[in-house]
Amino acid sequence: MREAGLAYALVLPSLVVFGAFIFYPFVRNFYLGFFRTPPFPGLPKKGVGLTQYREVLTSHDFLNSVKVTVLFAVYTVPTGIAAGLGLAVLAHQKLRGIGIYRTIFSSTVATSVAVASVIFGTLLNPNVGLLPWLGLQTNPSILQNPSWALLAVAITTIWQNLGLSFILMSSGLQAIPDELLEAAQIDGAGAWSRFRNVIVPLLSPTIFFAVVVGSIFAFQSFGQIELLTQGGPTKHTNVLTYFIYTTLQQQQDDGKAAVLAIALFGITLLLTLVQMRLLERRVFYAR
Amino acid sequence: MTEAARGDVDVDGAGIAVSLREVTKTYDNGVMALGPIDLQVRKGELVSLLGPSGCGKSTALRIIAGLEAPTSGTVRIGSRVVNDVEAKDRDVSMVFQTYALYPHMSVQRNIEFPLKSRGMPRDERATRVREAARGLGLEGLLDRKPAQLSGGQRQRVALARAIVRRPAAFLMDEPLSNLDAKLRVQTRAELIELHRRLAATVVYVTHDQVEAMTMGDRIAILDRGVLQQIGPPQAVYDEPANLFVAQFIGSPSMNTIGARVVADSEAVAVELPGARIMLPAPTGAAVARAGADDVVLGVRPEHVRIDGGQLPATVSVVESLGHERHVVCRLDDGTMVIVREAADASPARAGDAVGLSVPSEHLHVFDAGSGRRVAV
Amino acid sequence: MRGEAGVTEGRPVRRRFAIVARYALLTVLAAIVLFPVYMAVVGSLLKTEQITSRPPTMLPTHPTWDSYSTAWSAGHLATYLRNSAIVAVIITCGQVVTAILAGYAFAFLEFPFRRTLFVVFIATLMVPFEVTIITNLNTIVSLHWYNTYAGLTVPFLATGFGAFLLRQAFLGIPRDLQDAAALDGYGHLRFMTRVAVPLARPAIAALAVFGFLSAWNQYLWPLLITKNDQLRTVQIGLRQLRATSIEQVNVTLAGVVLAALPLVVLLVVFQKQLVRGLTAGAVKG
Repeated sequence: MREAGLAYALVLPSLVVFGAFIFYPFVRNFYLGFFRTPPFPGLPKKGVGLTQYREVLTSHDFLNSVKVTVLFAVYTVPTGIAAGLGLAVLAHQKLRGIGIYRTIFSSTVATSVAVASVIFGTLLNPNVGLLPWLGLQTNPSILQNPSWALLAVAITTIWQNLGLSFILMSSGLQAIPDELLEAAQIDGAGAWSRFRNVIVPLLSPTIFFAVVVGSIFAFQSFGQIELLTQGGPTKHTNVLTYFIYTTLQQQQDDGKAAVLAIALFGITLLLTLVQMRLLERRVFYAR
Repeated sequence: MTEAARGDVDVDGAGIAVSLREVTKTYDNGVMALGPIDLQVRKGELVSLLGPSGCGKSTALRIIAGLEAPTSGTVRIGSRVVNDVEAKDRDVSMVFQTYALYPHMSVQRNIEFPLKSRGMPRDERATRVREAARGLGLEGLLDRKPAQLSGGQRQRVALARAIVRRPAAFLMDEPLSNLDAKLRVQTRAELIELHRRLAATVVYVTHDQVEAMTMGDRIAILDRGVLQQIGPPQAVYDEPANLFVAQFIGSPSMNTIGARVVADSEAVAVELPGARIMLPAPTGAAVARAGADDVVLGVRPEHVRIDGGQLPATVSVVESLGHERHVVCRLDDGTMVIVREAADASPARAGDAVGLSVPSEHLHVFDAGSGRRVAV
Repeated sequence: MRGEAGVTEGRPVRRRFAIVARYALLTVLAAIVLFPVYMAVVGSLLKTEQITSRPPTMLPTHPTWDSYSTAWSAGHLATYLRNSAIVAVIITCGQVVTAILAGYAFAFLEFPFRRTLFVVFIATLMVPFEVTIITNLNTIVSLHWYNTYAGLTVPFLATGFGAFLLRQAFLGIPRDLQDAAALDGYGHLRFMTRVAVPLARPAIAALAVFGFLSAWNQYLWPLLITKNDQLRTVQIGLRQLRATSIEQVNVTLAGVVLAALPLVVLLVVFQKQLVRGLTAGAVKG
């Protein structure tokens, strides 16, 4: 059939890209994971079967990395969403000039990870930074401090994502019919009560959704770590993606990196499945 | 056109603009949308395809247009078999119920669109668009976008886009159903004029029997994918081929009363609830020939009279429409009979016991089993 | 009645106070959000020796653009920005085109395995790019695309998200329009370019803005496959700039401002599309 021929021609360009740069490398990870990279380049790779999977996935470094990544997600996701939601609710009122505030609150969308990281790196710099001068000083300095470094990276991330979070929450909020809020007002609900009893429940699909998507993003965070802490001090900020990167770039260990990548995929898949469940719920709420 | 209105003449070749032969359509899910259907539309004729929703009339139209392929059968435009011809090459144009105007194009570009694809030179295109626009009173609107037009104007743009190609046939799929009642009547008249002026062949799909009756040189009535009857409006009204057509055409619809045939050597009579009616000789002969025991009598509301006739009934509701009255009666067994009277006729009141009479020349007899018309 | 008089007297005052309080709260929050950017801008306008002064300079009384010209030429910011623009434009165009083609096929055409292929497209959204870098790096090297624009762009020329977004947009086009075009003599390709694409413009714009933003902000991949300033994108350029001007934070900050500026412009001009793209993009997962 001619129509079928045309259809395949139209999807082909995408399929070629997907095949070459998504599916093939994805599947090859499983294969790579069976081979141990020799300690010296030039020696043949050694097939070790599932041994490498077991070793890597039970290694202290991997478990630490997962712990750090989860912690990073816990620091960034709820706080980021709460901040976005708070700003969205505040900006969701009829006030003269509210558009300017909306623009400001969504402005960090224009920053990249690198821009945000360099700015915060400067602000936190023990020699020239403003924050140390203001008394936010630790020894060793914040980004070198095991108990502070991850938090600092997290704050950078929250700030960078604030615009996105604000935009998401705002559009969720705009989808709530004004009549509902007005009805609540007539029913005598105060601002807090309206927030708790009307806005949050109605926005809960958006919020759940943001939690899951935010977590997936958090598990893919890389730039801020690379620019601010390089996984240190002593692997206290060694998130999974940075771990993969160093394994690949510095240790040149494809096999180990592949196992780590599979683990990252597994976690993402889990979060995606959770998201699907929540999306079903979202439909329920939408009715 | 008066020629064309004479009746269903089944000829091939010359004079036929659109023809369907034994066309069927069965969907992938096994649903049969269109039974074997035969339909010939003559050049310059307007044929209405009429039926309830889901009767297959739109499917038939889309098959003619080439938007859907028939499962079997032959489709001809003129004398050419077009089963394997793509829609764009069939030389037909279509007016859609939703008008299907391209929202991002001006009126001018919308009308011009079908000409452009055929590589017509710019000057000629402009002339044709101007002509079509003038004919439909759209000259002042050429630069507007569809969103800036009223429903009636959009409808006219859709017509202009169809006309501008000068196709062998126009296919119209409920083109008036998105207009409000007043505009619909007005546009209906304009469409008839347009059809006459262009001597255009039109296949017109509608579910509105008034539209079909007033516009069609002939009307084709479909039900469940099967062509029930085709003929000039008056012929279909006067001699419905079966119970479905009888009840679908006419408003209020034809009264139907179940009856038993009682035949003796002399004459044929039918037994109704509470009365026995002798059938006139030719009708009786036809009924006797058919050999049916149970029949359904049909009589149009305007032919029933409340005059103390032999059929006993009770008046249940009287609806006054100003210029006429609909008196709803019930026979002894509860069968409803509607009588249509002039507004100044003797007033019946709800609860009155009355006698109805039915002139035998206006009696339609249908076979109770098949629903088919038995006589006269 | 008496009580009511009290209310009418009290209300305007209380209300005005409430409004002032709201503005005050909004302004404080806005200041907090903008503070890091403000400090970056101030820092970029200082002379190198002012940078380390204590107390830190909060208001640039004698602003200087020196650090900008240093960042621009000596810091290669001009090259970095150009590279980023080239890469982002190529990726955006590629994504838009492949998404239009595939989205059209899924929305308007009947073909065997359509559902299966659509699932395949959606499945690509479940694989984070980070998972594929190991083999992709090998692939790019063996194609001799290491440190080239091709290497920076080709892996991103198609997205399942884009195809999905445009399929949805195309499905919103009434079927009658497609039928009308078929009768008017337009085949699929011409219907696509003359009707479907113009009508799906909002979705295409959203996809373009979203694609540009993601491409511009990429970090991991350009870091992996560029090795010199000729090819580095601005994000990696910032890293480089910071490393080479450790003693000149003002130059680094000027670079930051220059790197962010194009997106600020984009945000201002395409605010609506950006919001639509981001909220739709969030569905990406």
